[in-house]
This record gives sequence, structure tokens and C-alpha cells, in this order.
Amino acid sequence: MITLIDYKAGNLTSVRKAFNYLGQQSVVTGDPALVRDAEALVLPGVGHFCTTERLASSGVRAAVLEAIARGVPFLGICVGMQWQFAGSTEAPETQGLALFEGTCERFRTSLKVPHVGWNQIRRTPAAEPSRLLGGVPDDSFVYFTHSYRAPVVAGVSAVTTYGETFAASVERQNVFGTQFHPEKSGDTGLRILKNFCDYAAERSAR
Amino acid sequence: MSTGITKRIIACLDVTKGRVVKGVQFVDLVDAGDPAELAHLHAASGADEIVLLDITATSDARPILIDVVRRTALQLFVPFTVGGGVRSLDDASALFDAGADKISINSAAIKTPAIITEIAERFGSQAVIVAIDAKRKLAAEVTTEDAAVSSNVPAEVYLAGGRIATGHDAVEWAREAESRGAGEILLTSMDCDGTRTGFDCPLTAAVANAVNIPVIASGGAGSGDHFVEVFKAGCADAALAASIFHFGIHDLRELKAQLQREGIPVRLPC
Repeated sequence: MITLIDYKAGNLTSVRKAFNYLGQQSVVTGDPALVRDAEALVLPGVGHFCTTERLASSGVRAAVLEAIARGVPFLGICVGMQWQFAGSTEAPETQGLALFEGTCERFRTSLKVPHVGWNQIRRTPAAEPSRLLGGVPDDSFVYFTHSYRAPVVAGVSAVTTYGETFAASVERQNVFGTQFHPEKSGDTGLRILKNFCDYAAERSAR
Repeated sequence: MSTGITKRIIACLDVTKGRVVKGVQFVDLVDAGDPAELAHLHAASGADEIVLLDITATSDARPILIDVVRRTALQLFVPFTVGGGVRSLDDASALFDAGADKISINSAAIKTPAIITEIAERFGSQAVIVAIDAKRKLAAEVTTEDAAVSSNVPAEVYLAGGRIATGHDAVEWAREAESRGAGEILLTSMDCDGTRTGFDCPLTAAVANAVNIPVIASGGAGSGDHFVEVFKAGCADAALAASIFHFGIHDLRELKAQLQREGIPVRLPC
């Protein structure tokens, strides 16, 4: 069972639909108790970084950190991935989880911002192959829509270039994140979500 | 190799009474099929996005058909935009709940521009497309003021599916929509729509160069060359077409291969 974290920002329907399609049951909740006890957590995020402030005030932030410490698989999408970094200049007063180093910043490019559309991901050299990207060839196309981007630091599993190179996905132990929207990235995205489900299933079988 | 973002090819489903239809310059509609089936077909054949427009919701003063949206969204895993008859934040919320990733607003945005900001603040700018139906002004109608603001491509914004002239200049309105929080502009040339004689490249370029958000060109697609032109001369970020895809005249992969040969980055293989 996948627990989708609802923090009343943006829309969860697309992500839920994708899990349904993969035959994976999901529940939607904003209740910290249910988040703490989840088997697997997904934080779909769109919109402004400041909306993640609600996760702190509602107690969900603390519950997510507890769950991660227990080894619960956690996938953050878009702003959900950015939240795994220390913060974002989009909302400097809002704290991220600081699971990855650095701060998200607005694109520094003469190209149009937001970065909207299909772009390619390329793996970073890493000691361990990415589980999330298993079976996904380098240069696969995925769908992005964002104005802020995370830096390329330790834990970044793939990068994308749009005027500059930024973090497309992150991975460390049970924590995963994608800047792009796997639920909107056709077969490539479904494969990535399935990899997450498979990892979650393996872990709960142990 | 990661050179950057690709140009998007968007398949549009013009829907009325739950069926996909196609007309010429917004009239003489003929049936083209079931929205859910066609959306799936287009996505499978390489469309980068799907847009569903309920083209008579506004003129019939009725809400958009939520069931059709839900059914179409169910197994669609590329970005899905829905428009037509979105008048309020509640209308938009219902569409997002039904599976839309973005909503497109046209008439309501002209009448109540604050709605752009309202929806963008709740769902993010990436979820808000402002659709502009524009018609070039005849030389006799062009004022010196028009010439000053529109990069010499004066065009007037129409609403209610092209039925009502607004007096707004297309380039100016696109700028305002961006400043109010629109994430993309969907620009339809009413002069070219349904003619299959090519996009209005000068107008598309005028709008695309006036804003810093993606511009989707629409109206007039009839051949692969037209797409090449609108991405090169028209500076479009995406191009949308309806009828040429529905009736199978155009193979999407073939179209993308042509664009790639012309040096235009596209999602291929897809």
C-alpha cells in the first residue's frame, strides 16, 4: 500500500491514477499518524515551495522523518524532491528536509523559465546503480515543469540540462526523488514508478 | 546527448456533446470519434501532450463534461490539458480532480483576469494555460497604437469559441496573462484554423518573443513543413493540431523524424 501525502497543494489524481494502472493500491492522507505508519510514502508536489510549510505545521514533516528513519521507502516528486534538499530560494524561510545538500534556486539561463516539456536524463557516475532508474536507458525522455532546480550534489542519480545542468533525480538508501513527473512521462515514467513499487514490496516482504 | 528541451507536438481533441469533432474556422463540425480512444491512440503514436477542448461549453453556457474528462484521463500518462467553459476556481478544481494536469482558460480569463491568479496560486502556474483565439486585423483597422505594441502583427482577441470580438490586442493580452500567473499561452490563429495552409508564424513569433513562458501555436497545420516553419520562423515552443492527426493523415513519428532532420529537437524515439 502506497501512502500519498496530501498537503492541499496541487493535485494528486494523476499520481494516484498511475499507481492504480500499475495495480498498486494507494491511499491519500494528510494525517501524521498514518504517514508515520505507512509502508511506502509518496509526496507529489506542484506549485510554490512555501506550500511545504503546511507539512511542518501539520506534523507531517516530523512523521515523514520518523518513517524515513525506520527505512520506509519515500519518493518525492517535483517540489516533493526539492523539499528533500535544505531549502529553496523560492521561499527562503521554509525549511526542507536537508536529506541532500544544497538549496534549490531559480534557473539561471537566458532560456524561457519555467522549463516545461520533455527533456532527457543522464545518470551520474555512482558507486551503486540507481534502483529507481533500473531498466531506464540514459537519454530517456521525461516530462518536466518547474522554475526552480536542485543542485548536482552527492546523492543525485541523474541530471538534465536546460541552459545549465541540474538534478533530475536523487537517491539515497530508502529516499528517492524526481524533479520530473514520472506519472506524466509515458512508459519511462511508469517504469520508474514500478521500480519504486517493487522496492517497496521487497522491503515489506523482508 | 542532452542538449535541452524538445519542441512538443500536441494532439488536440475538440469535443462537443462528448464526441470529438472537427470544423473549419470553428464551424461545419464533423464527427471524428471518441475522446478517450483518440487520446490514447495519439499518446501511443508519439503525441507529447493531449489537449481536450469542450468547444461549445461556453457558448452553451454549461459546465464541461467531467465524465468525458475522467474517462479520457484514466489511462493517459502524458500531460493532459482540458479547456472550455472553465469559469471559476471550482470548475478548475473539478477538472483537476477528474485527472486534468492543466486547465486552459479563455473567455473567463478575459472577463475576469483575476481568475488566472486564483487558479495559479492554488494549483501552480504550470497548471494554467491561457488560450488566446486571435484574428489578424485588416490593414484598414490597424491604428498607430496597434503598430506600436504588437511588433507590427496586430491581431484581436476573440472569445466564446471565436464568436465575440474583445478589442484586446493578442500580444498585449499574452503579456498580461503571463504577469497574472499563466504558465503557458495557447495561441490559436482564427484565420488559419482548419485551413491546413500553415500556422500564422509572424503572429506566433510576435507573441512568443513578447513573453517568457512557452507558447503553443495552433491553427493551420496541414503538413510537416508547417511544423518546421512554426518552430523556426514562429519561435513556438509547442505546436498543436487536431484534424490532421484524427483522420490519420499524419504519422506522428514520421513528423517527428522530419523535424529532427531539420535540426529541431523532438522526443524521439517516443
